[in-house]
Amino acid sequence: MPRFLIALLLAWSCLAQGAEVSESSLDARVSHITEQLRCLVCQNESIAESQADLAKDLRRQVREMLTAGKSEKEVRDYMVERYGDFVLYDPPLQTSTLLLWLSPAVLAILALGVFARTLVRRRKAPAATPDAAALAKARALLADPKDEK
Amino acid sequence: MKLKALIPLIVFVALAILLGWSLRHDPRLIPSPLINKPAPEFALPVLHQPDTQMTLADMRGKVWLLNVWASWCVSCRDEHPVLLEFSKRQLIPIIGLDYKDKRDDALAWLNQFGDPYTNSIMDTAGRVGIDFGVYGVPETFLIDKQGRIRYKFTGPLNADSLEHVLLPHIKELQGA
Amino acid sequence: MIPELGHFALILALAIALALGVLPLWGAARGDAALLGIARPAARLQFALVAGAFACLAWAFAENDFSVTYVAQHSNSHLPLIYRLTAVWGSHEGSLLLWGLMLTGWTAAVSFSRRLPEVFAARVLGVLGLVNAGFLTFLLFTSNPFIRLLPGAAEGNDLNPLLQDPGMVAHPPLLYMGYVGFSVAFAFAIAALLEGRFDAAWARQSRPWTLTAWLFLTLGITLGSGWAYYELGWGGWWFWDPVENASFIPWLLGTALIHSLAVTEKRGAFKGWTILLAIGAFSASLLGTFLVRSGVLTSVHAFAADPSRGVFILALLVAVIGSSLLLYAWRVPRLEGGGLFSDVSRETALLINNVLLAVVTATVLLGTLYPLLIDVLGTTKLSVGPPYFEVVFVPLMTPVVVVMVVAPFLRWKRHALPAIVRQLWLPFAASLVIGLAGAWGVGVFSVRGVLGLSLATWVFLASLQLLQQRLRGTPAASAVSRLADIPAAWWGMWLAHIGIGVFIVGVTFVKGLEQNADVAMKVGDSAQLAGYRFTLQGIDEISGPNYTAIQGRVQLWRGNQLVSMLTPQKRVYTANNMQMTEASIDAGLFRDVYVSLGDAPTPDAWVLRLYYKPFVRWIWAGCLLMALGGLCAALDSRYRKRNKSEAA
Repeated sequence: MPRFLIALLLAWSCLAQGAEVSESSLDARVSHITEQLRCLVCQNESIAESQADLAKDLRRQVREMLTAGKSEKEVRDYMVERYGDFVLYDPPLQTSTLLLWLSPAVLAILALGVFARTLVRRRKAPAATPDAAALAKARALLADPKDEK
Repeated sequence: MKLKALIPLIVFVALAILLGWSLRHDPRLIPSPLINKPAPEFALPVLHQPDTQMTLADMRGKVWLLNVWASWCVSCRDEHPVLLEFSKRQLIPIIGLDYKDKRDDALAWLNQFGDPYTNSIMDTAGRVGIDFGVYGVPETFLIDKQGRIRYKFTGPLNADSLEHVLLPHIKELQGA
Repeated sequence: MIPELGHFALILALAIALALGVLPLWGAARGDAALLGIARPAARLQFALVAGAFACLAWAFAENDFSVTYVAQHSNSHLPLIYRLTAVWGSHEGSLLLWGLMLTGWTAAVSFSRRLPEVFAARVLGVLGLVNAGFLTFLLFTSNPFIRLLPGAAEGNDLNPLLQDPGMVAHPPLLYMGYVGFSVAFAFAIAALLEGRFDAAWARQSRPWTLTAWLFLTLGITLGSGWAYYELGWGGWWFWDPVENASFIPWLLGTALIHSLAVTEKRGAFKGWTILLAIGAFSASLLGTFLVRSGVLTSVHAFAADPSRGVFILALLVAVIGSSLLLYAWRVPRLEGGGLFSDVSRETALLINNVLLAVVTATVLLGTLYPLLIDVLGTTKLSVGPPYFEVVFVPLMTPVVVVMVVAPFLRWKRHALPAIVRQLWLPFAASLVIGLAGAWGVGVFSVRGVLGLSLATWVFLASLQLLQQRLRGTPAASAVSRLADIPAAWWGMWLAHIGIGVFIVGVTFVKGLEQNADVAMKVGDSAQLAGYRFTLQGIDEISGPNYTAIQGRVQLWRGNQLVSMLTPQKRVYTANNMQMTEASIDAGLFRDVYVSLGDAPTPDAWVLRLYYKPFVRWIWAGCLLMALGGLCAALDSRYRKRNKSEAA
């Protein structure tokens, strides 16, 4: 336990040193935006990652727009105007993406509902057959295939 | 058979229908958001006379094609004879946009393979290409009399797609 | 001549697979011992035939037989022998043959298991035979690697340079071992549905197979992630790319399955659910194959698309999954019931985790297929990328990890809620404090940073607590023997859960603290990043067996100390003129420093991409621990006992 803590502390101290040096904010903003834009030539690489010519041009474009004082939203809109929603890795919430953004939550609620119902039904069961647990155990002990039906 | 037990099967059938359908779609084709919108303004040097510029306004009142190409583009070579043949029919002005190219290379290319273009302009930095949403050369834009983009063909045209896909669109606009 | 032998062996294997798929199942239905007896020898014979075909293809690669189309397209006489051999599975046809080899291999392995009752074994092998027949038909009719090229080529096109890498030697075989391994769990489930035999012994027999498949899949995904990290040249380790998701979906379902099987074995509960997961895990593997090979999605690592293959795999998918889900719908209502448990019990915890994992699976699947759905429904296209998955994945996975920590403390059937709270609150509070303090101290003071560090700390503390619980009341002298008495399956669980903690640490630090910069440098220039100084010493031209490269010599300094000399390369492969970036990495337990060579903006300058990746190794270390846990659990002596009527 103490050794583990020491290792953890060591790790953190070496990290803390690393964190002092921060990148220049323009670079950071350029990569923040271009990481969320999809390259159209090679597809499934972001504009930040891609080595394609077009990606280089678009990186330069983003840099110039930010230098000119444009906001991140303006840069994104600029890209969408030209290449469509396809360039956005982070699809905006709109009618065509409603299902995409809502379904994780809907699925989770649905699943928890089914789970709760299962528990409620299970809770009722023991009252009806008090020695069912013992029966089940005996059944498992016997492990006779016919018994399972 | 309980209905509940059928749920996985139903989900799978829906999935299979989606997958079957998607087999007929090409994932690399990205529809342009610029269709039926005014074409981006540009002012670019003419390839043969780099001292003069051509702008979008120069083409107002005409239905015309903007063909994006480059001497380094391999599939442009496949498209070129088709375009050359088409230009001889003189149905529509074709403006060539030489995209991210060197002037000497482009001139040599046109000398070697023939020049189908009514006029050629140079987009050396690729900025006009970005404005038009170009992502894969060659691309062909059909622009109407009011200067709106009405149709876009991505990839090399062949005789068949030219005749049966592009030409009907051209006829329709020229008739209007 | 040799390729024709391979071709012929494949055709024979298909005939055997058809016989294996029909006769033993028929025999099981009629109680015909002679037909049942065919199963085991047929399973081994088809493996021998496919292995023979595989050897023939490998021979064609080794001997540079460019009169075989597949070899001419994917090899080259200058390619080193090791890559000529791994080129066998470097593209669609050969990798499908590898898939077939694995599938028949798993089938043959099942045929050697003497613990299974004869009729049941015949049914399992029969189901596997049918799956085999489907794949071999696919292979022979749409993707035959033995087709001749007439006249033969003088030289081959060379293997995709991305695949000329040690990681690629092992990644596909491991991944396919996992994918295909789930076919055994699938066959067990189908055989159980056919037979109506679905008891604790069934679950116990199915567990080691499932665990083995899961551990291979874990290793395969880990290796793929590591390969992408250094080979794609931008230091990412997971891209939520469709192809990666295609391997992650079966992994998630497989994870749910191994836990659900545990409940089914020990308590006889969740039978229908376990069966569904077993069908689901293998179906997801098949779905992944479809997504990767049909060309409906674009990806950084998809195979060349061919619509006819897409149609065929889809047909196979419908036949295999559709028929098994129909069988499930017909048979599963009979499998209700099982052991009883209260609201606070290990069963409940495992159930909720299964439910949550199913939701995560559905979400990843939806995100992967959503662009297809939109494309099919309308005229527009959109992309679903890492930002989406990261936003939805973390909130869904957090409760999974919380329940994962609590579950091993809970007893089967019933556990008093106050007791468990009393037991767990202190380490939980401590983790929260450590997480908060740590995140603040290190500079990842965000919701994610605090959450990640707290969760990971809690996983570690709880694991120690579990161990302490096992040793309670044991005198120090006998502690070792006490630990040795703990079943291997428990150690497997313990290790795999610690692996999750290690993984979370890695992800939290990499996401929160990584730094990168693209710097244009001339020889002699220096750049600073994350406390390191990078000095470009020189640029050399070098040549390899089948490529030429420029190689940068970059000194990595920390203060006045030379840490290492990094040599990132930019290669051009001569046969197909393809460019490749080879990153150079100074790896460490607590951080990687990563340099890759970009373009030359001017003739005497090069863009260097510098990355500082803290704790990135912990991501893969965590995955390896999970796989190791899977191995421990699979080797538990309980599964090797012959007696099938023992107590559950």
